[in-house]
Amino acid sequence: MALGPRIIVTGSVLDQNGEPVPGTLVEIWQANSAGRYAHWRDSESSAPLDPNFLGMGQTVTDAQGVYRFTTIKPGPYPWRNHPNAWRPSHIHFSLMGPALGSRLVTQMYFEGDPMLGLDPIFNAVPSHSRGRMIAAYDHDVTEENWATGYRWDIVIRGRMATPTDPEVG
Amino acid sequence: MASRGETPSQTVGPYFSIGISGPDENVLASDEVQGGRIRVRGRVLDGEGAPVGDALIEVWQANSLGRYRHPDDSRDDIALDEGFTGFGRAATIFETGEYLIDTIKPGPVPDPEGELQAPHLCLIVQARGLLNPLFTRLYFPDEAEANDHDLVLRMVPPERRSTLIASQEDGDPRVYRFDIRLSGEGEIVFFDV
Repeated sequence: MALGPRIIVTGSVLDQNGEPVPGTLVEIWQANSAGRYAHWRDSESSAPLDPNFLGMGQTVTDAQGVYRFTTIKPGPYPWRNHPNAWRPSHIHFSLMGPALGSRLVTQMYFEGDPMLGLDPIFNAVPSHSRGRMIAAYDHDVTEENWATGYRWDIVIRGRMATPTDPEVG
Repeated sequence: MASRGETPSQTVGPYFSIGISGPDENVLASDEVQGGRIRVRGRVLDGEGAPVGDALIEVWQANSLGRYRHPDDSRDDIALDEGFTGFGRAATIFETGEYLIDTIKPGPVPDPEGELQAPHLCLIVQARGLLNPLFTRLYFPDEAEANDHDLVLRMVPPERRSTLIASQEDGDPRVYRFDIRLSGEGEIVFFDV
């Protein structure tokens, strides 16, 4: 069993009108609880690998557009971008929606993380929409004697005609 | 007016191969799938022309008869292929920036006005440092007449159209080369979608 605080991350995938988007492929990857990726390019890390944690998962949203993962909370990690640079805890998310334009790759952060304000990647997004990348602790998602729960809804672009992917049929 | 703000895009980062892009995802067609086999290879290059060794290329295409496996493509008179989704992924090789996709040549798909588009692959390019995915298309050099009439290619300034047309590799008509220059001189055309 992987080491680290066990968490449930769940939420709805919605379009911009707030309608659920069923059948969306959701893929995640993340560091382990020590802040190390199971990837050869993270080999200079001083943090240990966890032999029981690959750091990836995938699911498809159900008829209500809901996804749900059980994982461990990833640790923050240094990344040498600038002096004493650390990434806040985050989980990478990839979503394949109903159209080319709904392709979304993003990162989910944790409510209350004091390192968010220091992270150039989180802050690369305009300030008014940074909050859309933050999962909130939700005691209704938390399961007794098992895992704490976080809720994060994801909004992707819905179907629309576009210059590169004209509607067919 | 949209009622919900889109979740912002973030960089794919250097470790995406943990979660997306498995080793065989760059092979789109099994032996049973109809259509002419093609191989697409090339390099992803940055603004200085240096190879980008951690880029992800996703491909989305119609089958050999020109039909997408997608709920929006309801043209039931055109057969779908069992075992062909039309979606694949290739990660570039770290040292060289090279990628390789094995697939079948797509058939032509109608544009919104009902005219046939030239056969093409839709490509999505992502890489460490890019905040958003880049959308482009690959057209085929042996489809000159169809390319001349293609609605999307005709929207591109004539002097830049060649950046979207693959070249034929010497010696093998089934192999196409398509280098993806992300910026700088020779930057290929990317589309807003």
